[in-house]
Amino acid sequence: MILRLAFGSLLARALTVTMTVLAIALSVALFLGVEKVRTGAKASFADTISGTDLIVGARSGSVQLLLYSVFRIGNATNNVTWQSYLDISARPEVDWIVPISLGDSHRQFRVMGTTLGFFEHYKYRRDRGLEVAEGKLMADLFDTVIGADVAQALGYQIGDPIVVAHGIASFTEHKDQPFRVAGILEKTGTPVDRTVIVSLQAIEAIHVDWQSGAKIPGKTTPADKIRQMDLTPKAVTAALVGVTSPLKTFALQRKINTYPEEPLLAILPGVALQELWGIVGLAETALLAVSVMVVITALIGLMATLFASLNERRREMAIYRAMGASPRVILGLLVLEALMTTLLGALIGLAMLYLGLWIAQPLVDSAFGLYLPIEPPGLRELGVLAGVIAAGAIVSMLPALRAYRLSLADGMMVKT
Amino acid sequence: MAPIISLQDVQFRWPGRTGFGLSVPQFELARGEAVLLLGASGSGKSTLLSLIGGTVLASQGTVRVAGEDIASLPGGRRDRFRAEQIGMIFQQFNLLPFGSVLDNITLPLRFAPERRKRAGDVQRAAAGLCAALALPEGLLTAKAATLSVGQQQRVAVARALIGTPPLLIADEPTSALDETAQGQFLDLMFQQIRAQRSGLLMVSHDPRMADRFDRVIEMADFLHVERPAA
Ligand SMILES: Nc1ncnc2c1ncn2[C@@H]1O[C@H](COP(=O)(O)OP(=O)(O)O)[C@@H](O)[C@H]1O
Ligand SMILES: [Mg+2]
Repeated sequence: MILRLAFGSLLARALTVTMTVLAIALSVALFLGVEKVRTGAKASFADTISGTDLIVGARSGSVQLLLYSVFRIGNATNNVTWQSYLDISARPEVDWIVPISLGDSHRQFRVMGTTLGFFEHYKYRRDRGLEVAEGKLMADLFDTVIGADVAQALGYQIGDPIVVAHGIASFTEHKDQPFRVAGILEKTGTPVDRTVIVSLQAIEAIHVDWQSGAKIPGKTTPADKIRQMDLTPKAVTAALVGVTSPLKTFALQRKINTYPEEPLLAILPGVALQELWGIVGLAETALLAVSVMVVITALIGLMATLFASLNERRREMAIYRAMGASPRVILGLLVLEALMTTLLGALIGLAMLYLGLWIAQPLVDSAFGLYLPIEPPGLRELGVLAGVIAAGAIVSMLPALRAYRLSLADGMMVKT
Repeated sequence: MAPIISLQDVQFRWPGRTGFGLSVPQFELARGEAVLLLGASGSGKSTLLSLIGGTVLASQGTVRVAGEDIASLPGGRRDRFRAEQIGMIFQQFNLLPFGSVLDNITLPLRFAPERRKRAGDVQRAAAGLCAALALPEGLLTAKAATLSVGQQQRVAVARALIGTPPLLIADEPTSALDETAQGQFLDLMFQQIRAQRSGLLMVSHDPRMADRFDRVIEMADFLHVERPAA
C-alpha cells in the first residue's frame, strides 16, 4: 500500500517527475550510446587489418607508416627500393609478401598499385577477406578494382573509364592512359572501400612519359607500346608481410630494421594500431567524460526536484507522521521515490538507446563503416544502469535527510 | 484504569526564534470522556496536541497516554504507539490527495498491527464506517482529491476511528465547514465515538458546540503560555 501511495504521489506530480525521468533517460541513452560507439569504433579500428604480421616501409614513425600504408592518410617520406623488396621477399621467414605503391589519386580517392596477392592476404575483422561484388579482379594492365565507397560516390559501373592523376589532389591527370573499372569490391568498413586498386605495373605505366612529377613535353607513348615495355617498378611504398611462423615475426622485424643497404622500418600492425588508438581514443575518452557529466547533471536535477518538492509535500509528510510513520519511513519514501524515478529513467534510456541503434545502425554502417551490434544489454551496460540507479538513491539521501529533519521539527501539524 | 491522557508538570518550548513555550501543571482526560478545549488562535492548542501525540517531546514533566510515559519509548516504538492508540483529525487537508479513500482510511493500520487486528476485515470495517458517517457507497475507490471538504473531514473521522483506538484527537475539525455541515459532522462523529467508547480531545476557538461534550475547558485555566521577551 505504501508503494501504491508513493507511486500515486509521483503521479500527482507527473509533470515535474516526467521531466526528471526524461532528463535521466536522455543522459543514460547518451552515455550508453557513446559507450557503444566507442567500443564499436575501437573494435572496428582494431579490425582494420588482420592476418598481416609485419608492415614494411621506409624508416619513419610506426604510426606514420601505419597511417599511409593502411589508412591512406598522409604520404610516405621515402620509398623502398625494388631491390630491398626482393631481398626481403627472398628471406626464409617470409611466407608471403604484397607490395603497395601509393602516390596517385583519382578524384578524392587514393590509387594503390599492388599485386593480386593483396586480395588474397588482406584481411579485416579477424578473418574476413575482400570479396568482389561485381566484375572481377584485374586481368589487364589497365584494369582497376575499386572500393565500394568509390563506386558509390562516383557512380561507377563495370567497364567505366577512369583517369588517374599523378600526385594527390593534383590537377595534372594522366589523360593518356584511360583505365577501366574491372571489379567493384564488397563494402568492408576499412580504407579499402575508398581506394582505387591497380596493378603495380600500371603505376609504372602511368609514369612512362613523366619525369620528376612533370610531363615530358610532346611525349605520348601509345598504350600498346607501353604494353611492350618492361614495367618492373624501381620502388614501392610499403609491403605487407606474412611470416611462416608467428615465432619468426620478431626475428624478421629485427632483420628488416637493421637492413644495411637502406633504412627500413618493419612494424607489427596490432601494436601500431594500439599506439594510434592511444591518440585517436583520447577524443573518445573526452566524449565519454562529457556524457558522464551529463548523467551527473541529470542526477543533480533529480536532487533539485526532490528538494523543491519537499516544501509542497510537508503536509504529506505530516500526515504520514501523524498516522504513525517514523521519520525513517519518510526518509525511505523519498529514497524510494528517487529509486523509482531513476529506474524508470534508466529503463526508458535503455529503450531509447535500442530505438536509436535500430534507426542509426544502417546509417552509421554505410556512412562510417562502423558496425554497431544490437545485442541484449551486456554486463557493462547493466552495470552502468545499476550504477545510475544507485547514484540516484545516494543523491536522494540529501533531500531525504532534510525531510527527515523537517518531519521531526514540524511535529504533526503543519501550518497551512 | 489509568486515564487515557495525563500530563504532569509538563514544560515545552519550540526551538528557534519564535520561542513559543507552554507549561501544564496538570491535565487529565478519562477513558471515554469527550473534552472540548477552547483557546484563541495561537494560544498553543496544536502544540499541546503534538505533545500528546508524541511527535514532539516535553523538556520536563511526564506525558502519559493510556498510562504509558511516551518520552520513555524509543522513537520507532513511540511512532507505533501513536498509531495504535490515537486517531488523529486535522483542521483540513487531512488526506493524501492522490490516494484512494480506502487507502487513506487504512493508512494508520499499516503502522499499527494491533489496531489492524482489531479492525478485522479492513475493507468491511472501512465500508461500515463510511456508511455510518453518511458517505455515499462506492466512495472507497474514489481519489481523495475528488471529495468535497465535508466528505474529506468525514473520511478523516473514519480513518481516526478504524480499529477503535482508545483516543481521538481533533484539531479544529469543523472550522473549514459551514454551520449545517458542522452540525451534521459533529452528530456523526459523536455517534461513533460513543459507540466505540473512545475518548475525544477536541480543540477549537468556537464555544458554540460546547453542549455536546462531557467537559469544556479553557486553555488559560490549566496552561501557562511563555513567550520570550521581545
Ligand atoms: N513547528 C513549529 N516550530 C516552531 N514554532 C512553532 C511550530 N508550531 C507552532 N509554533 C509556535 O507555537 C505557537 C502556537 O502555535 P499553535 O500551537 O499552532 O497554536 P494554535 O493551534 O492554538 O493556533 C505559534 O505562535 C508558533 O510560533
Ligand atoms: Mg492550531
